[in-house]
Amino acid sequence: MDGLQVPLDHVLFLAAALFSCGMMGLMLRRNIIFMLMSLEVMLNSAALAFVAAGAAWGQADGQIIFLLILSVAAAEVAIGLSLVLQIQRRFRTLDMDQANRLRG
Amino acid sequence: MIQALFYGAAVISLAATVAALTRTNAAHALIYMILSLLAVAVIFFLLGAPFAAALEVVIYAGAIMVLFVFVIMMLNLGEEGRTRERAWLGGRNWIAPGIIAALLLLELVLALSHVPATTRGVMVAPKQVGLTLFGPYVLAVEIASMLLLAGLVGAYHIGRRFIVRRREQH
Repeated sequence: MDGLQVPLDHVLFLAAALFSCGMMGLMLRRNIIFMLMSLEVMLNSAALAFVAAGAAWGQADGQIIFLLILSVAAAEVAIGLSLVLQIQRRFRTLDMDQANRLRG
Repeated sequence: MIQALFYGAAVISLAATVAALTRTNAAHALIYMILSLLAVAVIFFLLGAPFAAALEVVIYAGAIMVLFVFVIMMLNLGEEGRTRERAWLGGRNWIAPGIIAALLLLELVLALSHVPATTRGVMVAPKQVGLTLFGPYVLAVEIASMLLLAGLVGAYHIGRRFIVRRREQH
């Protein structure tokens, strides 16, 4: 199987479009679970841009940055979802606007 | 042929992401999200990064999304959550985020549209990734391990109170 040869622009356009979708979701939604999912989309699009750049130059660095982004996403999701559980228990809602005070 | 695979996966990932972020049911949104991540994994594989593709499937679409599934099942939002989501998503809430995201996308496309490079499709093998990871990037590995430890401790600390309070209520 011969390798993929597309202009790097197109992969970066895809990453930019995914990032914009994630940002729009982050601003649009009020449910915390959907906001966390939008953050995942944004991190994933950044990882896509890194892997594409690494593939364009044939270097392993892009995949290494992908690994670091993966660990950041894992830590962020673990903390974020435990905060979701706490907010649901304390405020009985997942509305971000209800939980905007530091001490409920 | 292989270009068609790439563009197909790109369309699938974009459409699935848009569908995921506009659902009212969190479980359905999660399934679309997993579809989008799998399409991105296909793109990674086509770009010549099989290790990244495997990690995308195993960790992103596997572990992280399973965490989301567990939390959604624990919260058990049901029909009232869906109607509330529908009310939040309606009408004029779309205007400002849509305009800002479209502007950002336009700027990114303008900024990125003169990159002269082409992807090579040469596979960067996992062996090379590992050698680079534990060679020049070993400090980054240490920092990532500390970050994961901090995430573990933080999640345990925040989640532990949830578990203890629940037990007291019974």
